[in-house]
Amino acid sequence: MACFLVPAAEAVVTTIAAKVIKTKESRGEAVFDSTEQTAPEMVEKIPFSQKLGWLNRLLWGGSALLLFEHVWHGEVVPWFPFLTAAADPSEVTAMLHEMATAGVMMTVLVTAVWVGMLAVSSVMEKRTISEKQMKRCRRSVK
Amino acid sequence: MTLLITIFAAIICTILWYCSASCREMKVGILCWLYWGASLMWLVDAVFEYISIGAAYFTPAPADLLNDFYLGLSVVALGLVIWQVIVLIKDPKGVVREALFRKKK
Repeated sequence: MACFLVPAAEAVVTTIAAKVIKTKESRGEAVFDSTEQTAPEMVEKIPFSQKLGWLNRLLWGGSALLLFEHVWHGEVVPWFPFLTAAADPSEVTAMLHEMATAGVMMTVLVTAVWVGMLAVSSVMEKRTISEKQMKRCRRSVK
Repeated sequence: MTLLITIFAAIICTILWYCSASCREMKVGILCWLYWGASLMWLVDAVFEYISIGAAYFTPAPADLLNDFYLGLSVVALGLVIWQVIVLIKDPKGVVREALFRKKK
């Protein structure tokens, strides 16, 4: 009915957040996902705004294709109030219920996958950093 | 069926993105995000439908199957159109700019 609106709403919030964070990063107020890193290691890290961009793309991409599916099924129309369920008071409750269940679960799943991606990228970053440090140590010993 | 077609599209795009540098240059990654995002969301839809109708979810009526197949193909086509528009606007190989420049000459 309108489940795609929940991930779309999150996409709006994360897009704004990514822009704000990117502005701070470009100003030099580096916003990293870990504060434990030392200065040379920070150079290697992927900016958090870029990582948030992954979530944005997943959310916007999924929401766009789901919007098309809803148009296909006649649940979204190009005239006010745009949602056929919203025009019928008896269907509003069902629509809100679907948004609260399926919509929220979609958002949670996409965000959970993104968190998994953050964990994997963090491990890969740490590996790359430690490999580079090992190379530096070997060079200094020679 | 729509979920299945979108997942296959996402897998193919991810393989292309991983294996080919020219595909990465052509921003195939955009298609990966589009199709994976939609696949995850439709997966949730499928789970909710399975909870409500049970095993009948796996034996849809032929008319529903055909409609879902048609929808799946349309979704893949829409994703490709979005990707193509982005590629033409960003013009990673400079082809559009070159064509415009030639016309002006």
